[in-house]
Amino acid sequence: MATIKIRAKAQDGVTTVKTLISHPMESGQRKDSKTGKLIPGHYVTEVIAEHNGKQVLNANWGGGISKNPYLSFKFKGAAAGDSIKISWVDNMGKSDSAEAKIQ
Amino acid sequence: MNLIRRKFVKTTAFLSVGATLAGSGLLMPQRALGAWAADAFAARDVAGAVSGSLGSSDYSPSDAVTLKAPDIAENGAVVPVTVSSSMANVDAISIVVASNPGPLTSTYQLSSACEPFVSTRIKMAKTGDVIAVVKANGKLYSATKEVKVTIGGCGG
Repeated sequence: MATIKIRAKAQDGVTTVKTLISHPMESGQRKDSKTGKLIPGHYVTEVIAEHNGKQVLNANWGGGISKNPYLSFKFKGAAAGDSIKISWVDNMGKSDSAEAKIQ
Repeated sequence: MNLIRRKFVKTTAFLSVGATLAGSGLLMPQRALGAWAADAFAARDVAGAVSGSLGSSDYSPSDAVTLKAPDIAENGAVVPVTVSSSMANVDAISIVVASNPGPLTSTYQLSSACEPFVSTRIKMAKTGDVIAVVKANGKLYSATKEVKVTIGGCGG
Protein backbone atom coordinates (compact mmCIF):
# COMPACT_ATOMS: atom_id res chain seq x y z
CA MET A 1 0.00 0.00 0.00
CA ALA A 2 1.62 3.05 -1.17
CA THR A 3 0.94 6.03 1.05
CA ILE A 4 1.58 8.74 -1.53
CA LYS A 5 -0.38 9.74 -4.60
CA ILE A 6 1.16 12.27 -6.95
CA ARG A 7 -0.24 14.20 -9.90
CA ALA A 8 2.10 16.57 -11.66
CA LYS A 9 1.31 18.54 -14.76
CA ALA A 10 3.49 20.93 -16.75
CA GLN A 11 1.76 23.75 -18.54
CA ASP A 12 3.27 26.97 -19.94
CA GLY A 13 6.54 26.33 -18.12
CA VAL A 14 4.94 25.93 -14.70
CA THR A 15 4.48 22.52 -13.14
CA THR A 16 1.63 22.05 -10.70
CA VAL A 17 2.09 19.19 -8.28
CA LYS A 18 -0.75 17.79 -6.23
CA THR A 19 -0.10 15.11 -3.70
CA LEU A 20 -2.11 13.12 -1.17
CA ILE A 21 -0.51 11.18 1.67
CA SER A 22 -2.34 8.53 3.69
CA HIS A 23 -1.54 9.27 7.31
CA PRO A 24 -3.57 9.46 10.56
CA MET A 25 -2.10 12.88 11.53
CA GLU A 26 -2.95 12.43 15.21
CA SER A 27 -2.35 15.84 16.77
CA GLY A 28 -1.54 14.62 20.29
CA GLN A 29 -4.31 16.89 21.64
CA ARG A 30 -7.14 14.41 21.28
CA LYS A 31 -8.41 12.25 24.13
CA ASP A 32 -9.54 8.68 23.81
CA SER A 33 -13.27 8.82 24.60
CA LYS A 34 -13.17 5.48 26.46
CA THR A 35 -10.10 5.87 28.65
CA GLY A 36 -9.89 9.67 28.84
CA LYS A 37 -6.18 9.47 28.08
CA LEU A 38 -4.46 11.55 25.44
CA ILE A 39 -3.86 9.75 22.18
CA PRO A 40 -0.13 10.12 21.42
CA GLY A 41 0.65 12.49 18.57
CA HIS A 42 1.49 10.78 15.30
CA TYR A 43 1.95 13.14 12.40
CA VAL A 44 4.11 13.80 9.38
CA THR A 45 6.85 16.26 10.26
CA GLU A 46 8.63 16.71 6.99
CA VAL A 47 7.70 16.44 3.33
CA ILE A 48 10.29 16.86 0.62
CA ALA A 49 9.71 17.30 -3.09
CA GLU A 50 12.50 16.69 -5.57
CA HIS A 51 12.56 17.38 -9.31
CA ASN A 52 15.08 15.16 -11.12
CA GLY A 53 16.88 14.68 -7.81
CA LYS A 54 17.02 18.39 -6.95
CA GLN A 55 15.01 19.60 -3.98
CA VAL A 56 12.29 22.11 -4.86
CA LEU A 57 10.17 22.24 -1.71
CA ASN A 58 10.57 21.30 1.92
CA ALA A 59 7.48 21.34 4.12
CA ASN A 60 7.53 21.16 7.91
CA TRP A 61 4.23 20.00 9.31
CA GLY A 62 2.76 19.75 12.78
CA GLY A 63 -0.37 18.13 14.17
CA GLY A 64 -2.41 21.00 12.75
CA ILE A 65 -2.51 19.50 9.28
CA SER A 66 -5.58 17.44 8.45
CA LYS A 67 -5.71 13.65 8.35
CA ASN A 68 -4.65 12.20 5.00
CA PRO A 69 -2.88 15.42 4.10
CA TYR A 70 -3.12 17.18 0.78
CA LEU A 71 -0.38 19.41 -0.56
CA SER A 72 -0.19 21.33 -3.77
CA PHE A 73 2.60 23.57 -5.03
CA LYS A 74 3.97 24.98 -8.28
CA PHE A 75 7.45 25.30 -9.68
CA LYS A 76 9.24 26.32 -12.87
CA GLY A 77 11.87 24.70 -15.00
CA ALA A 78 10.44 21.22 -15.47
CA ALA A 79 9.20 19.50 -18.60
CA ALA A 80 6.79 16.67 -19.23
CA GLY A 81 8.50 13.32 -18.58
CA ASP A 82 10.74 14.65 -15.80
CA SER A 83 10.59 12.86 -12.50
CA ILE A 84 9.06 14.27 -9.35
CA LYS A 85 9.72 12.54 -6.07
CA ILE A 86 7.85 13.10 -2.82
CA SER A 87 9.14 11.75 0.51
CA TRP A 88 7.79 12.09 4.02
CA VAL A 89 9.01 11.37 7.55
CA ASP A 90 6.79 11.31 10.63
CA ASN A 91 7.46 11.90 14.33
CA MET A 92 7.65 8.15 14.97
CA GLY A 93 10.44 7.71 12.46
CA LYS A 94 8.29 6.13 9.75
CA SER A 95 8.80 7.28 6.22
CA ASP A 96 7.83 6.66 2.64
CA SER A 97 8.56 8.05 -0.77
CA ALA A 98 7.11 7.84 -4.25
CA GLU A 99 8.08 8.98 -7.67
CA ALA A 100 5.96 10.04 -10.64
CA LYS A 101 6.46 11.40 -14.12
CA ILE A 102 5.37 14.94 -14.89
CA GLN A 103 2.64 14.98 -17.51
CA MET B 1 -0.39 -3.64 4.86
CA ASN B 2 1.95 -6.61 4.82
CA LEU B 3 4.67 -7.43 7.27
CA ILE B 4 7.52 -7.46 4.80
CA ARG B 5 6.81 -3.89 3.84
CA ARG B 6 6.62 -2.82 7.50
CA LYS B 7 10.00 -4.36 8.05
CA PHE B 8 11.33 -2.62 4.96
CA VAL B 9 10.06 0.75 6.16
CA LYS B 10 11.60 0.23 9.58
CA THR B 11 14.89 -0.81 8.08
CA THR B 12 15.03 2.16 5.73
CA ALA B 13 14.20 4.54 8.56
CA PHE B 14 17.00 3.01 10.60
CA LEU B 15 19.42 3.20 7.69
CA SER B 16 18.60 6.83 7.03
CA VAL B 17 19.48 7.74 10.61
CA GLY B 18 22.75 5.92 10.18
CA ALA B 19 23.45 7.67 6.92
CA THR B 20 22.81 11.09 8.41
CA LEU B 21 25.05 10.35 11.36
CA ALA B 22 27.81 9.16 9.10
CA GLY B 23 27.37 12.35 7.14
CA SER B 24 27.30 10.49 3.88
CA GLY B 25 25.25 9.14 1.08
CA LEU B 26 21.63 8.24 0.80
CA LEU B 27 19.41 10.90 2.28
CA MET B 28 21.76 13.84 2.58
CA PRO B 29 19.98 16.09 0.05
CA GLN B 30 16.83 15.86 2.18
CA ARG B 31 18.59 17.53 5.09
CA ALA B 32 19.72 20.44 2.97
CA LEU B 33 17.20 22.97 4.22
CA GLY B 34 17.39 22.16 7.92
CA ALA B 35 15.68 19.88 10.37
CA TRP B 36 12.14 20.04 11.69
CA ALA B 37 11.43 23.30 13.53
CA ALA B 38 10.41 21.72 16.84
CA ASP B 39 10.48 25.02 18.78
CA ALA B 40 8.15 26.72 16.34
CA PHE B 41 5.61 23.91 16.58
CA ALA B 42 5.83 23.87 20.38
CA ALA B 43 5.10 27.62 20.56
CA ARG B 44 1.71 28.44 22.04
CA ASP B 45 1.31 31.94 20.58
CA VAL B 46 1.32 33.37 17.07
CA ALA B 47 4.51 35.40 17.59
CA GLY B 48 6.43 32.32 18.72
CA ALA B 49 5.09 30.29 15.82
CA VAL B 50 6.11 32.90 13.26
CA SER B 51 9.53 33.71 14.71
CA GLY B 52 10.31 30.02 15.25
CA SER B 53 9.53 29.14 11.65
CA LEU B 54 10.64 32.28 9.79
CA GLY B 55 13.27 33.80 12.06
CA SER B 56 11.37 36.96 13.09
CA SER B 57 7.92 37.83 14.40
CA ASP B 58 7.98 41.26 12.77
CA TYR B 59 5.45 40.89 9.95
CA SER B 60 3.19 43.42 8.29
CA PRO B 61 -0.07 42.92 6.36
CA SER B 62 0.33 43.14 2.59
CA ASP B 63 -2.01 43.07 -0.40
CA ALA B 64 0.63 41.09 -2.24
CA VAL B 65 -0.18 38.05 -0.12
CA THR B 66 -3.34 36.14 -0.95
CA LEU B 67 -4.92 33.75 1.49
CA LYS B 68 -7.80 31.67 0.26
CA ALA B 69 -9.89 29.95 2.94
CA PRO B 70 -13.62 29.37 3.42
CA ASP B 71 -15.71 31.94 5.36
CA ILE B 72 -17.38 29.15 7.25
CA ALA B 73 -15.84 25.73 7.80
CA GLU B 74 -18.46 23.15 8.65
CA ASN B 75 -15.81 20.71 9.74
CA GLY B 76 -12.79 22.17 11.52
CA ALA B 77 -10.84 18.95 10.93
CA VAL B 78 -10.51 19.77 7.24
CA VAL B 79 -10.18 23.41 6.26
CA PRO B 80 -8.71 23.95 2.79
CA VAL B 81 -6.30 26.88 2.61
CA THR B 82 -4.28 28.26 -0.29
CA VAL B 83 -1.54 30.84 0.05
CA SER B 84 -0.10 32.68 -2.92
CA SER B 85 1.75 35.90 -3.51
CA SER B 86 2.50 38.32 -6.30
CA MET B 87 5.94 39.07 -4.83
CA ALA B 88 9.22 37.80 -6.22
CA ASN B 89 11.88 35.98 -4.22
CA VAL B 90 9.48 34.30 -1.82
CA ASP B 91 11.53 31.68 -0.01
CA ALA B 92 9.31 30.60 2.86
CA ILE B 93 5.64 30.46 3.80
CA SER B 94 4.06 29.67 7.18
CA ILE B 95 0.41 29.00 7.89
CA VAL B 96 -0.68 29.87 11.43
CA VAL B 97 -4.05 29.46 13.16
CA ALA B 98 -4.35 31.93 16.03
CA SER B 99 -7.01 29.98 17.93
CA ASN B 100 -5.32 26.55 17.82
CA PRO B 101 -3.53 25.18 20.91
CA GLY B 102 -0.40 24.96 18.77
CA PRO B 103 -0.81 27.81 16.25
CA LEU B 104 1.78 26.73 13.67
CA THR B 105 0.20 24.26 11.25
CA SER B 106 2.97 24.15 8.70
CA THR B 107 5.90 25.97 7.23
CA TYR B 108 7.33 25.63 3.72
CA GLN B 109 10.83 26.30 2.40
CA LEU B 110 10.62 27.16 -1.27
CA SER B 111 13.56 26.80 -3.62
CA SER B 112 14.19 29.46 -6.26
CA ALA B 113 12.32 27.36 -8.84
CA CYS B 114 9.12 27.44 -6.80
CA GLU B 115 6.22 29.73 -7.52
CA PRO B 116 4.94 31.47 -4.36
CA PHE B 117 2.02 29.07 -3.97
CA VAL B 118 1.05 26.33 -1.52
CA SER B 119 -2.28 24.69 -0.89
CA THR B 120 -3.13 22.27 1.89
CA ARG B 121 -5.81 21.32 4.40
CA ILE B 122 -5.54 22.32 8.05
CA LYS B 123 -7.32 21.62 11.33
CA MET B 124 -8.99 24.36 13.33
CA ALA B 125 -10.07 23.89 16.93
CA LYS B 126 -12.53 26.79 16.87
CA THR B 127 -13.42 29.99 15.05
CA GLY B 128 -10.42 32.22 14.60
CA ASP B 129 -7.95 33.91 12.31
CA VAL B 130 -5.88 32.03 9.79
CA ILE B 131 -2.66 33.93 9.15
CA ALA B 132 -0.43 33.33 6.17
CA VAL B 133 3.05 34.74 6.57
CA VAL B 134 5.30 34.96 3.54
CA LYS B 135 9.03 35.62 3.63
CA ALA B 136 10.28 37.60 0.64
CA ASN B 137 13.60 39.44 0.30
CA GLY B 138 14.26 38.84 3.99
CA LYS B 139 11.06 40.54 5.16
CA LEU B 140 7.77 39.09 6.38
CA TYR B 141 4.36 39.90 4.91
CA SER B 142 1.04 38.52 6.00
CA ALA B 143 -2.59 38.01 5.07
CA THR B 144 -5.28 37.19 7.62
CA LYS B 145 -8.72 35.71 7.24
CA GLU B 146 -11.26 34.78 9.87
CA VAL B 147 -12.79 31.35 9.44
CA LYS B 148 -15.91 30.42 11.39
CA VAL B 149 -15.80 26.84 12.55
CA THR B 150 -19.00 24.96 13.32
CA ILE B 151 -17.41 21.72 14.54
CA GLY B 152 -13.87 21.88 15.96
CA GLY B 153 -11.22 19.60 14.57
CA CYS B 154 -8.67 19.28 17.37
CA GLY B 155 -10.64 18.18 20.44
CA GLY B 156 -11.93 14.69 21.24
